Amino acid sequence: MANPNDPALDRRHVVKSLLANRGELLVVAGLGASAWDVTAAGDHPLNFPLWGGMGGAATIGLGLAMAQPDRRVLVVTGDGEMLMGLGSFATIAVQAPKNLAIVVLDNERYGETGMQETHTAFGTDLAGMAHAAGIATTATIRNEAELQDALPVIRSADGPILHVIKIKADTLPKAVPPKDGAYLRDRFRVALLGDEAAI
Amino acid sequence: MNPSNETWPDDIFRALIDLDVIQIGYVPDAGHTRLIKSCVADNRVRAVPLTSEEEGVGLLAGAWLGGQRGALLMQGSGIGNIVNMLCMARTCRLPLLMIATMRGQWGEMNPWQVPMGQTAEETLKLQDVTVYSVDRPEDVGEAVIAAGRIAFNGPAMAAVLVSQRIIGTKEFK
Repeated sequence: MANPNDPALDRRHVVKSLLANRGELLVVAGLGASAWDVTAAGDHPLNFPLWGGMGGAATIGLGLAMAQPDRRVLVVTGDGEMLMGLGSFATIAVQAPKNLAIVVLDNERYGETGMQETHTAFGTDLAGMAHAAGIATTATIRNEAELQDALPVIRSADGPILHVIKIKADTLPKAVPPKDGAYLRDRFRVALLGDEAAI
Repeated sequence: MNPSNETWPDDIFRALIDLDVIQIGYVPDAGHTRLIKSCVADNRVRAVPLTSEEEGVGLLAGAWLGGQRGALLMQGSGIGNIVNMLCMARTCRLPLLMIATMRGQWGEMNPWQVPMGQTAEETLKLQDVTVYSVDRPEDVGEAVIAAGRIAFNGPAMAAVLVSQRIIGTKEFK
């Protein structure tokens, strides 16, 4: 358990907390460390972890949330991935799906490519940008107490929600999900829609 | 603009309804004006304005994971924007139905449009997209149905490129 007074959150602890008792939650994970974190919390057929398509995680969440309005959709991605898809803030704000939450795990680094600083290290405020784009509920979470308050919001408050969670810039052991995209797609659809959804 | 046949956008709309398409992502193009109006006005579909075409590939991936069909309306120049996202759709074998109105093909007045207009079809084919280039307005609706069958029965990627000869050549005066 993280120390409530430690301002630097551990990414694996954050994602494990987000996905605790996940029930029918549908999860899209951005490529790289976010996908490893989601997998470390437990590989699941209703995870769609990306191995490519950088910048696309949030809009995949949007299409899924619109197709499944009665299911909660959670996108877990990194600051670098989100920076590549900033226009999707505006696109999501216009559609305003109540069942969509996006969590940006912000270590202010491009973790998979040599830990170069991202724009957030220099002050770019992703939650502020999402708010300005028209996303109703946004916040930046910096410690355990704030995380505990944010969990019920992320899991069940009316969306669209974008929470930036500041995390330590650690490189952790990879927990890799299956790599075959067609398998991940089929596994997800069968778990959500039933056997007849298999290709 | 001097469209030679005003009904082809309605043929596309009918084809999309017949294909059970629900989510329609679009980046506006003059050639798609009438079709976009139809999509926005009809509550059988969800018209989703996008800030760039890449978002459309993501949107439709999510739609299909959730059990809905979709289509992406775009200008031919948008094909240059989406190549890396096409790789995702290709690797995951996701259906992707694209309908692009073309610039830079036929008597184009803006030279900046020509490079993409001249390479759009090849660019798509390099990523294994089935491409129907349509030069006659009466063929557009049928091409969308045919491309939709390729996309949703595959699942696979398929694009209809509506020629600049159908749309008309924009004049800058």
